[in-house]
Amino acid sequence: MQEPTWPPNRPPEGWIDRPDRAGRWGTRFRRLQGTCSGEPLRRNRDDRLGGGVAAGLARWRGFNPTAVRVVFVIATLFSQGTLVPFYFMAWLLIPGSVDVAAAGSGAPEYASVWSKARHDSRGITLAVGVASVLSILLLIVGVFSAGLVQTWGWPQVVSAACLVLIWRNAPAHEQALLRRVGGALASIGPDATPRGNRLRIAGAVVLLAGGIGWLVSVHESVSLLRPLGGVVLVLAGCVLLLGPWWLRIARDLVLERQARARAEERADMAARVHDSVLQTLALIQRRADDPAQVTQLARAQERELRSWLFEGQAPGSVSGAGSLAAGIRQIQQDAEARHGVPVEVVTVSDCPLDEDLAALLAAAREAVVNAAKWSGAPVIALFAEVTPDDVEVVVRDRGKGFDPLSVPADRKGLAESIHRRMSRHGGTVAVQAAVGEGVKVSLKMPRAAAARSAARE
Amino acid sequence: MVLVDDHGLFRSGVRSELGRAVEVVGEADDVAPAIEVITSTQPDVVLLDVHLPGGGGAAVVAAIRERGLPDVRFLALSASDAPEDVIAVIRAGARGYVTKTISTAELADAIRRVASGDAVFSHRLAGFVLDAFASADTSGPDAVKPSFDPELDQLTARERDVLRLIAQGYTYKEIARELYISVKTVESHVSSVLRKLQLSSRHQLTRWAAERRLA
Repeated sequence: MQEPTWPPNRPPEGWIDRPDRAGRWGTRFRRLQGTCSGEPLRRNRDDRLGGGVAAGLARWRGFNPTAVRVVFVIATLFSQGTLVPFYFMAWLLIPGSVDVAAAGSGAPEYASVWSKARHDSRGITLAVGVASVLSILLLIVGVFSAGLVQTWGWPQVVSAACLVLIWRNAPAHEQALLRRVGGALASIGPDATPRGNRLRIAGAVVLLAGGIGWLVSVHESVSLLRPLGGVVLVLAGCVLLLGPWWLRIARDLVLERQARARAEERADMAARVHDSVLQTLALIQRRADDPAQVTQLARAQERELRSWLFEGQAPGSVSGAGSLAAGIRQIQQDAEARHGVPVEVVTVSDCPLDEDLAALLAAAREAVVNAAKWSGAPVIALFAEVTPDDVEVVVRDRGKGFDPLSVPADRKGLAESIHRRMSRHGGTVAVQAAVGEGVKVSLKMPRAAAARSAARE
Repeated sequence: MVLVDDHGLFRSGVRSELGRAVEVVGEADDVAPAIEVITSTQPDVVLLDVHLPGGGGAAVVAAIRERGLPDVRFLALSASDAPEDVIAVIRAGARGYVTKTISTAELADAIRRVASGDAVFSHRLAGFVLDAFASADTSGPDAVKPSFDPELDQLTARERDVLRLIAQGYTYKEIARELYISVKTVESHVSSVLRKLQLSSRHQLTRWAAERRLA
């Protein structure tokens, strides 16, 4: 007997029928349009803006993600915000797509956020708490006006609750996205003592209740002063309740900024020490058989270090040069004097120095010193061109070159002094190198907008 | 080849170094004797110092051109690299420019090139030319002095690329490899730059040179 076939028409090539619900929906839709990839609905982590819901929807149905997003935003506007909580619910309930890179590690990426949040009782409590606080705030606002805030606000109570759950239970890469937004909520628990917390919340509740009661009791009254008192009470309650969050946010911001500034300063200092002291020490080692030269090097280094530590004049900076061409000439003279390698300089046009260009010069200097020390080339070419838009410096030698892939990580010269220095100031670096064919380092620094317009005139 | 330089020591040095590669048929140490020697010997190439006591290399080139000797080609040579002098010699009609620090082999090569009708640009000259033609598109109305052929006033993007690489010390062969073109094409780019440099009536060029002299 012939085997029964169902569906009667053979499905097209690439038809994969998945047993799960999303897959069934997918194939059902596909029967209407025939453009679906046949994959189940997953949030798309590769092309996400928020939770990847729109991108996932787009991939599932074969739409353009941008179109899905635009439609969502428009629909949100028309539905007065009602769609927003659905977005977060989708985030919560639809499983994320598998991370290709982490696929081998066996992480349960397929599970939805909700499957984890279900067991997170603290998270649920927190979500309910946040929702209730928001509800109270909305109620208070409602006393004064029943306008836009009301219609737009209520759906967001659900959004906030969902967000709390997502934030507590989403995989790490999604949490990082939310951290900036949700960081404030984290300060409720572990930071304050439980007793202080309870006191604070109790006080807030009393104040809020008193304030609300007052407001409600005088609502019909024409007196203006009494509702004001109520407002003050409510505000005091809010400050008591939310004050620690705000403080924590502000403190975190300041701390983070300080940490970043410290790290940058350290990197700058390391680059400078490398340029001056470490370079000189390396030179001294290479010329150990020539005492006069060693003494001279040590003296020069001492002078430089002193002027840095006590007079604030940074080593490696091309000091005293007023223009780019002058700075390039100074690099040439320095390199020729210190390393005895002739440097052929060509400069095309010129411009005054600013901070970015000083960094460019410092990087160029480092590239020249590197070439002088390691290439073994008889001559180094140093080319600088100023155009209205940017300044390019090329350092080139025909020395022994190197294999860019085999540079050990602990050799700081190229990485720290040149690459980071340039990128800190918005410039770019291109290094062409091959064994036996020399090295070409191209440094490009965009000019400041003001300098640009001045150059065009 | 005729060698014109006011330093006797340098002349004898070049002569002994180039002895095997190039036949030196005459020497001179000033403008007037140089013109005499060149008209009498009619060499393929004149290696000409930019700085001569009696009027500079440009005067020699101009005088020879006046006498109608188109087959004599000039290669300018200088130690000082004062841009306005170099540009003056090139605009007078020299086919190339090299610095005195050039190696013997490179000098011989440059002479051969000039003899065969090519242009020779040292990295420094390339820099000067780039500088002189820079901001051609953005220059103000005072810079626009219409010449017979507006194309002469600007370098093409390709010519700029070639000049940039020359300025970075690339040889013609290396440039050809870098830009994926043939050495012949590189040569023709350089020649066309030279032509523009000589024929362009750009106000810009003169002004640029004047500014350089002030600085």
